[in-house]
Amino acid sequence: MKTLLRLYRYARKFRAHIILSIVAAFIGILLSLLVPVLIGKGVDCAVGVNKVDFDTLKLICLELLCAVLASAFFQWLMGYCSNKLSYKTAQSLRNDVFEKLNRLPLSFIDLKSHGDIINSVTTDIDIVSTGLLQGFTQVISGVVTILGTLIFMFIINPFIALVVVLLTPLSFFMASIIAKRAHRKYTQQAKLRGELTGFALEMIDGAQVVSAFNYEKESIKKYEKLNKDWEKVGVIAHFYSAMTNPLTRFVNALVYAAVAVFGGTLVVGGTITVGALASFLAYCSQYTKPFNEISAVIAEFQNALSSAQRVFDLLDEAEQSSDANLKKLENVKGEIELKDVSFSYTQDKPFIENLNILAKSGQTVALVGPTGCGKTTLINLLMRFYEVSGGEIKIDGNSIADITRQSLRSQFGMVLQDTWLFSGTIFDNIAYGKENASYDEVVEAAKKAYAHSFIVRLPDGYNTVITGNGDNLSQGQRQLICIARVMLLNPPMLILDEATSSIDTMTEIRIQKAFSVLMKGRTSFIVAHRLSTIKNADIILVMKDGKIIEQGTHKELLAQNGFYSELYNSQFAIY
Amino acid sequence: MKKYFRLYRLQFIMGPAFKLAEAILELLVPLVVARIIDRGIPSGDKAYIFKMGGLLFLLAFFGVVFALICQYCAAVAQQGVGTELRNDLFRKINKMSLSDIQRFGTASLTTRITNDVTQIQSAVAMLIRLVFRSPFLIAGSLIMAMLLDLKMSVIFIAAAVIVSVILYIILSKSLPMFKKIQSALDRLSLIVKDNLSGVRVVRAFSKTDFEKEKFQNSNEDLTKKSVKAGNLSALLNPLTFAVLNTAIVLILHFGGIKVNTGSLSQGQLLAFTNYMTQILLSIIVFSNVIVIFTKAGASVSRVKEVLEYSIELTDDNAVDCKPDFSFPAVEFDGVGFSYGESEKKVLENITFKINKGETIGIIGGTGSGKTSIANLIMRFYDADEGEIRLFGNNIKDYKFETLRKLVHTVPQKNTLFSGTIKENLLVGNENATQAELEKALLVSQSAEFVNSKPEGMDTYINQDSKNLSGGQRQRLCIARALAGNPEIIILDDASSALDYATDAKLRKAFATELYGTTVILISQRVNTVKNADKIIVIDDGEIAGLGKHAELFDNNEIYREICLSQLSESEVAGV
Repeated sequence: MKTLLRLYRYARKFRAHIILSIVAAFIGILLSLLVPVLIGKGVDCAVGVNKVDFDTLKLICLELLCAVLASAFFQWLMGYCSNKLSYKTAQSLRNDVFEKLNRLPLSFIDLKSHGDIINSVTTDIDIVSTGLLQGFTQVISGVVTILGTLIFMFIINPFIALVVVLLTPLSFFMASIIAKRAHRKYTQQAKLRGELTGFALEMIDGAQVVSAFNYEKESIKKYEKLNKDWEKVGVIAHFYSAMTNPLTRFVNALVYAAVAVFGGTLVVGGTITVGALASFLAYCSQYTKPFNEISAVIAEFQNALSSAQRVFDLLDEAEQSSDANLKKLENVKGEIELKDVSFSYTQDKPFIENLNILAKSGQTVALVGPTGCGKTTLINLLMRFYEVSGGEIKIDGNSIADITRQSLRSQFGMVLQDTWLFSGTIFDNIAYGKENASYDEVVEAAKKAYAHSFIVRLPDGYNTVITGNGDNLSQGQRQLICIARVMLLNPPMLILDEATSSIDTMTEIRIQKAFSVLMKGRTSFIVAHRLSTIKNADIILVMKDGKIIEQGTHKELLAQNGFYSELYNSQFAIY
Repeated sequence: MKKYFRLYRLQFIMGPAFKLAEAILELLVPLVVARIIDRGIPSGDKAYIFKMGGLLFLLAFFGVVFALICQYCAAVAQQGVGTELRNDLFRKINKMSLSDIQRFGTASLTTRITNDVTQIQSAVAMLIRLVFRSPFLIAGSLIMAMLLDLKMSVIFIAAAVIVSVILYIILSKSLPMFKKIQSALDRLSLIVKDNLSGVRVVRAFSKTDFEKEKFQNSNEDLTKKSVKAGNLSALLNPLTFAVLNTAIVLILHFGGIKVNTGSLSQGQLLAFTNYMTQILLSIIVFSNVIVIFTKAGASVSRVKEVLEYSIELTDDNAVDCKPDFSFPAVEFDGVGFSYGESEKKVLENITFKINKGETIGIIGGTGSGKTSIANLIMRFYDADEGEIRLFGNNIKDYKFETLRKLVHTVPQKNTLFSGTIKENLLVGNENATQAELEKALLVSQSAEFVNSKPEGMDTYINQDSKNLSGGQRQRLCIARALAGNPEIIILDDASSALDYATDAKLRKAFATELYGTTVILISQRVNTVKNADKIIVIDDGEIAGLGKHAELFDNNEIYREICLSQLSESEVAGV
């Protein structure tokens, strides 16, 4: 019920369509109910040979034609309005879900199956809109039909009409029992469908690994098992929903039989005529049909409600803290301070503890250390992708918790370990951070990143479309494009996380030259393994297990003969 | 598509058959009622009326039993066909090469395997439930009408023809629209997918508003197309209603004339109108079924496209040879290669020989073609020119299963699957013993961090393995490749995320533990390849040098440049 109300709140935006739809249904169906009456009157005119009343017949034919054309028009209008209603509601839902994704904390997105989320946005909402459309048109027309035929039946004979009215709730009763069971199965089914989609996406995305390790058999086996589980639940769910129709038809047939029997006895007793019984029976079947449709719709509606609930669950997820009323950063000089910062991914295991770093404006800070010691985590905290559990991070003396995320992140130019390019042209990818970048600006940035030469050799040059995750380029080429993206922006601070790890050292040296021009006067955080990269940093921070164990310049650290020195010398190890 | 009918032919035959039986029982009901009116009422025989009432009850009872049987068949067939289709699609996708998958796009493939199959399922259920009933009633009524009065039935036939034409026009216009809608859905899910996998970059570049607009535009496009198609379909019912009821007006008019002249009785006129109404109701139901079929038609062609796609890179023609270890491990003979239809040669005239047990280094600039060599050895692609032999046999003569047990790779992009660490290792070799897994962890330098986790090898890795650092991910990928004890192992820049100390330990472990294994190291770092038995220098797709470190340094300009960019002269000479 709650889900239904919430869904209604979405549909409410299109109130006009709802009202128009209902009015059109009303008029259209009432007119169509007139048709049997008019036909009957018409047949009554054709009494026999040379006794046909042509004048009345002509009038009736005209009335019939008008009623039919008008009814057809209003029926179309109802379809038009409910169409718009259901698709626009779906559109509104989809937009809200996507916007929500932007406000969800990274920790949620990192953990939740992406295929599941995509399934909600596409299939689940599809089911909601189909369910809405069907439900709406059939429920409205059904209700109107029921009311109309009920009125006609009471006019003919209230007693039998009463019998009909008393018996029909039976079908609703049956429908609701089935609907409850169906709902449970539909929810299960939707969940399994989400899992199946998530698995399929992961396997298709990771196709290279799957084929590299002959994992196809295993992958197919897993998929088939998930599929089989879904099949079992699905058969029951569909059967439940399909049951309502025959069962309500059964109740209708019982009603029909009851009317025939009681009506027949009444005719024998002389209370009503044969003709009246015939009309009653005709209206009876018209009256029971909508119950059929409505109860079938209720079961299908369960499907839509299950899907709607999944979508609402997503919309209800905890968001990251709001940016409202936070100030923006301006005239950033670039002093970064980390004060007593601690962080842990899971509640019990502290990952970073009591970290203190001060980078003065324009300094280059290098982070070195074994993998997993917390370097990338630090960057996640600086960019406020994750929140610190203790301490604070300040930029120019402003705590980053007091600044809008957008203004914080726009101060940093970031190149990450995982290259990310979206489906679009190379030009669009490089210009991603700067709206309305000119062609010359993009080429200039590409040249600085030493990407221009290989881009120009591609068949479509800057207009080459990058597919999916950029699989038609090498890792190194992708990284160069990511670097070009940052070169275009000219940000006040830089974060380079293993930015040149996939690039050969020759190209890297040239890029370093470009970076050092870029870094002049700008605060930069560099994470790298290549010691040639960090040798010239103002401060080198050596991290291990979430703590800084050594800091100083390259020469100072070598002189200390500690962990850094060991790290540096191991690159010359015999092997 | 025929295959799926055959699989469930029992349901496809039984379902409609029982539905037909139910329809026949339905047609008997008016006859029973007629008996009540003709016999029971005139004779005032209440007992007879009740007996007929009992007969009606029996008809209703068997009717519902038959209907339920049909619904069950429909549910089984619907879900069954869906499951089979999904399994077949998944199996087909697993056989595709990387370029095949790129051509379709992972988002599109996922939509086809979920959403499109669901549309087909609905059509199957509709087919079973309604395929016989409506046409049966329509044909039956038409025949009855023709038997009554051939001349008047011309009106029927004319109406039927007009309705068919309307149906045809609307449906032929709808089919391409439905295809466009599915493509629009593809595009929408691609945007969501990109935003989820690239969430850091999107937020770092503060492009959330840009992406939101992109999504909203795509959503608007989808909605517009859906509304347009929906409006077209909405025309169907009102138009049919108008045409057929106008036909009734004509029947009344001409029928009236005929009754006047005595060629038709009043009762027959009534029967005519009844049959027309029956046809109207059935056609409306039937045309709605056809709309669902049309929608499914678009999905059928999308699914067919995948199932009938001819895969070029297969091992169907492989002789299934076994490796002959007396031959060199890898031989490249005049190999030339370019990706897809691109004219640019990625590799040209590559010739080299690697003996069993050797460690080979491949070094070269970004995008010089190093990864392409690895891709060819793994047979992810086929060479355009020349021949590749592994252990004496043409690479095309190996079945994929044999080949990919022989050669294992650690690609540049580190992809792990959601599951435990142990499950990921088993991907490399499903029959690995605990001892083998532990050895793999040890050699890959993963043992330390895996054992420090509370759940050790049973630690769960989530999608995109965000709970591991880049270096940890890389080491696990190395462990996975080692788990199968391959004859040849390729490491493509597999230590880019590792610090020098770990890299050195890795190489030492390889040297001591992997005696007899042929190791191919693709790297940017001179230190990684320095001590290889042979180093191949690749420049712009061609072999620029081949030999040991010392001789290359002396004689090969490109190699010397690379070395000097990474180490000082004395450091180079120091080895």
